[in-house]
Amino acid sequence: MLNDFSDDTICAIATAMSDAGIGIIRVSGREALNIVSKIYLSARKEKNLISHEPNTIKFGYVCDPENDDEIIDEVMVSYMKGPHSYTREDVVEINSHGGMLVMNRILELLLKGGSRLAEPGEFTKRAFLNGRIDLAKAEAVMDIISAQNDFALDSSRRQLQGSISNEVISLRKEILYQMAFIESALDDPENYDLDGYPEKVREIVYKETGRIESLLQTADEGLIRKDGIKTVIVGRPNAGKSSLLNALSGNERAIVTDIAGTTRDVIEETVRLGDIVLHLIDTAGIRATDDVIEKIGVYRAKEKIEEAQLCLYILDSTSDVNEEDREILNLCRGKKTIIILNKNDLKDDIKISGDILPMMFSEELDVSFPVISISLLKGEGLDDLKQKISDLFLGGELVPKQEVYITNIRHKELLSKACESLKLVLKSIEDGMSEDFYTVDLTNAYTFLGEIIGEEVGDDLVEEIFSKFCMGK
Amino acid sequence: MSDFREKTDVVVVGAGHAGCEAALAAAKNGLSTIIFTMSADNIAFMPCNPHIGGSSKGHLVREIDALGGMMGKVIDKTFLQSKMLNTSKGPAVHSLRCQADKMEYSKEMRRVLEKQDNLTIKQAEVSEILFDDVDDCLAAEGYKRKVCGVKITSGIIYEAKAVILCTGTYLKSRCLTGESITYSGPNGLLPSNNLSVSLVDSGIELRRFKTGTPARMDGNSIDFSKMSEQFGDNPIIPFSFDTDPESIQKKQVSCYLTYTNERTHEIIRNNIHRSPIYAGVIEGVGPRYCPSIEDKVVKFPDHTRHQVFVEPEGTYTNEMYIDGMSSSLPEDVQIQMYRTVPGLENCRIVKAAYAIEYDCLCPGQLRPTLEIKHLRGLFSAGQFNGSSGYEEAAAQGLYAGINATNQILGKEYMTIDRSEGYIGVLIDDLVTKENLEPYRMMTSRAEYRLLLRQDNADIRLRAKGYEAGLINKEQYEHVLEKIELINREIERLKNTTVGASAEIQKFMEEHGSAPLKTATSLAELICRPELSYWGIMELDPERRLLPYDVIEQVEISIRYEGYIKRQERQVEQFKKLEKKLIPADIDYNDVGSLRIEARQKLEKFRPVNIGQASRIGGVNPADISVLIIYLDSLKYRND
Repeated sequence: MLNDFSDDTICAIATAMSDAGIGIIRVSGREALNIVSKIYLSARKEKNLISHEPNTIKFGYVCDPENDDEIIDEVMVSYMKGPHSYTREDVVEINSHGGMLVMNRILELLLKGGSRLAEPGEFTKRAFLNGRIDLAKAEAVMDIISAQNDFALDSSRRQLQGSISNEVISLRKEILYQMAFIESALDDPENYDLDGYPEKVREIVYKETGRIESLLQTADEGLIRKDGIKTVIVGRPNAGKSSLLNALSGNERAIVTDIAGTTRDVIEETVRLGDIVLHLIDTAGIRATDDVIEKIGVYRAKEKIEEAQLCLYILDSTSDVNEEDREILNLCRGKKTIIILNKNDLKDDIKISGDILPMMFSEELDVSFPVISISLLKGEGLDDLKQKISDLFLGGELVPKQEVYITNIRHKELLSKACESLKLVLKSIEDGMSEDFYTVDLTNAYTFLGEIIGEEVGDDLVEEIFSKFCMGK
Repeated sequence: MSDFREKTDVVVVGAGHAGCEAALAAAKNGLSTIIFTMSADNIAFMPCNPHIGGSSKGHLVREIDALGGMMGKVIDKTFLQSKMLNTSKGPAVHSLRCQADKMEYSKEMRRVLEKQDNLTIKQAEVSEILFDDVDDCLAAEGYKRKVCGVKITSGIIYEAKAVILCTGTYLKSRCLTGESITYSGPNGLLPSNNLSVSLVDSGIELRRFKTGTPARMDGNSIDFSKMSEQFGDNPIIPFSFDTDPESIQKKQVSCYLTYTNERTHEIIRNNIHRSPIYAGVIEGVGPRYCPSIEDKVVKFPDHTRHQVFVEPEGTYTNEMYIDGMSSSLPEDVQIQMYRTVPGLENCRIVKAAYAIEYDCLCPGQLRPTLEIKHLRGLFSAGQFNGSSGYEEAAAQGLYAGINATNQILGKEYMTIDRSEGYIGVLIDDLVTKENLEPYRMMTSRAEYRLLLRQDNADIRLRAKGYEAGLINKEQYEHVLEKIELINREIERLKNTTVGASAEIQKFMEEHGSAPLKTATSLAELICRPELSYWGIMELDPERRLLPYDVIEQVEISIRYEGYIKRQERQVEQFKKLEKKLIPADIDYNDVGSLRIEARQKLEKFRPVNIGQASRIGGVNPADISVLIIYLDSLKYRND
């Protein structure tokens, strides 16, 4: 599908895609300021970017408007009013703290807010079309577009080898067959009958929607592999939180991105366990007093847990469970949580074990929480922890199979669009529309999926009709 | 040979469905027009199936009528049975189909031609197209030569400003029935064997296509009691927007449905080696949507039976058309095969089934006006352009006729794009895509089909017909008035609300509809599946009686508003690209960074705008971006 070039607002990550440093997300087009405003909170946490003076830079936060303005990152936002910008359109640049997870998250919010992902070389193309770049550079611009397109296609295809592309191909095949069946029946109604078909196609489309949703799930997993899991360590004082942190950081394969000195308190430490990256939240609290709860209170702890994707709940297996333990565990309900029983080297003093845990926390314990027993002192049990994290987030896969995961935000966007189109088909069926209305959205779903694997729609439908259905008198 | 010359404005070669519309379009605009035919007694002849319309083809007929063509009016006068297909589906795919009395149709169209001023019918074979050199001005537009007339086999030259080729399946045609090959046009008519050479000499690339037709049976030999009778609709809806429905309600003739069976298929399989296609005798490419019975049996071995419709050829004969069983098998196999079908056990063949092969144009040689790219004034339409079907032919004939006329009169060309009509889709597909088989219209080819309905063809296209001089002022004003009535009624229904009174709630309950929560507009009520425009009449005392066709539009617009709006937005996007024009003299070798494949395809099709370029297979979005930047950089160069 060819996008129109001039009117819509585009966005993209403008800096190199890597885990480190500061990243810039660029938004260009008539709606740039409006779209960014939707996801921006000022330093005073007010939504007022719209009054942003051109050519100034402001400090603030990116938030998720669909999630109670949850803060995603601390950012600097600069605004250049057209024509005094690279593209000669209104341009807003968001300087974020980098890291793929955060950058992608921001990008997704911008897409939701009404911009679309820029095509390869599109900023430069706009710059040219708007007269920012002179004729002498036109050739160069065309080369850039060509090259970037080849690169994008190439890397996109590389990321898609194997099961994802097979899955997309198989989804398309099913959709195409249904479209062809409907079209055959419309074309030759005396030969092909659609009686009872809506019910049948509803089931199929419903199943397809589920399949795309689980692909989207892998997109999140893929991003987690690349971008890490926001993790919080909780537990009573002296249970071993700082030991766990040190053990994780001291892992010989760990990469520690120390960004102390910034005022951010969202992610303090990034550690790598094999191919899993953990972003540890609120480690400052742990380091300072080894006592998060004491220092900032249960309320703050709750906030941190909500923000996290993973809770590591650490218990001292040599001491009795008290009310505080219960309170903390209660906060972990509904989160992916691993219960870590520390100090298992002190065999004689062990008072808590995995078997008796359910009895000790009859009210609070979610029995689906995995439990491991480790000794941080001896450094034993970390592999076990890794495996459990992997079970929770990556379906048990520890060895990276890159091709299994959607790691590309463009693919994710297209999958979401395909999913939405299929949901519209389901709505048409529910509304009792006739079959010829289904194909409007089936075609869109088919097209979006095709864009993922770089296939044009062309005459697929006509080909399918003739190869699968005996048409014509 | 003598050098006897006649002068005319327009020459039309061929008087089939394309030729008739083309000639009428020119003559109605006051241009002196000669239409050549191999047989003046077979004008608008239907050499294959005896029906007009059907899924998506019915749309074409309505559009032809909206533009001022004649097909709809002629079939309204000569049909035997009429049916609106897909009435249980959405309004976009409703399609009218009529069984035609073939002889009456042909006679009626001949009467129309003969009554038309400025139009002459001439029975002769055109053997050569004549050309002049072009001046620099035309050369800059991409023309290499310009047409100046034609020569017929008797040697007479007809000077003309434009020539429209509507040669159908007659160019170097040959008919095949098993091992028996006849060098003739369809139905034993004379082929045109000389023109192809002249066309190739003028730089036109030709190819071979094939199609086929089933046997015609002696109706007396058919046992109709073993088949199921198929009736027409009541009341009958006319094709033409100008036909009074009252005037065409008449007794209809039935068709009959029967089926092939395993015995039929066995006979075919046992003799498949004697089929000229499977034996490799036929080189032409045939259409997949109109497969021969042997194709169906070979490609769909799991189908234990295929439908066979037995349809009358006309009231003048008892010949019956065996729809669904076209074949090129030898006649002895045909007899055995047909006789396995219930009702045809004792059938006698009047005319055996045959396949026909013919010369036609390679795609990509046409401008969107249906003029041959490099030959000024030479237009073409119909099966010669690689399409199939009477309706597709007539649509192109009309379109080419209008544009040849406009060229001569110095008017702007008429365009119909993909968002305006099936005709636009048809023409765009023909000139933009590499069609490897005869092209047939299908609703799935129209991406904006919710907007391109057969019921609103007049609203979409009458203005263009008026512009083209084929629709008179009265007809045009009638449509304007209709549009006005529709808009006003929609507005009224949206602005008239009913409150949630006890009386209304009772009405809702009685009609199985959910009670109202707040005041609701009449339009919202019409949207409810269990209610309708007529259904809520008692809630709408201010309503005044409107014509049926106005109410139909009002109801469709309200009910499908969401879908229609979505398509309208897509159309907006589409139109933006259509407006970005590509200069006729563009040199694609000068466009850096284009991939080789894209460069070759663009060079071959030479699209007129960016939209068309983007639809060419093998041209990707990055190529289009590159092209846009190139076009933009041209502006600087010219400054």
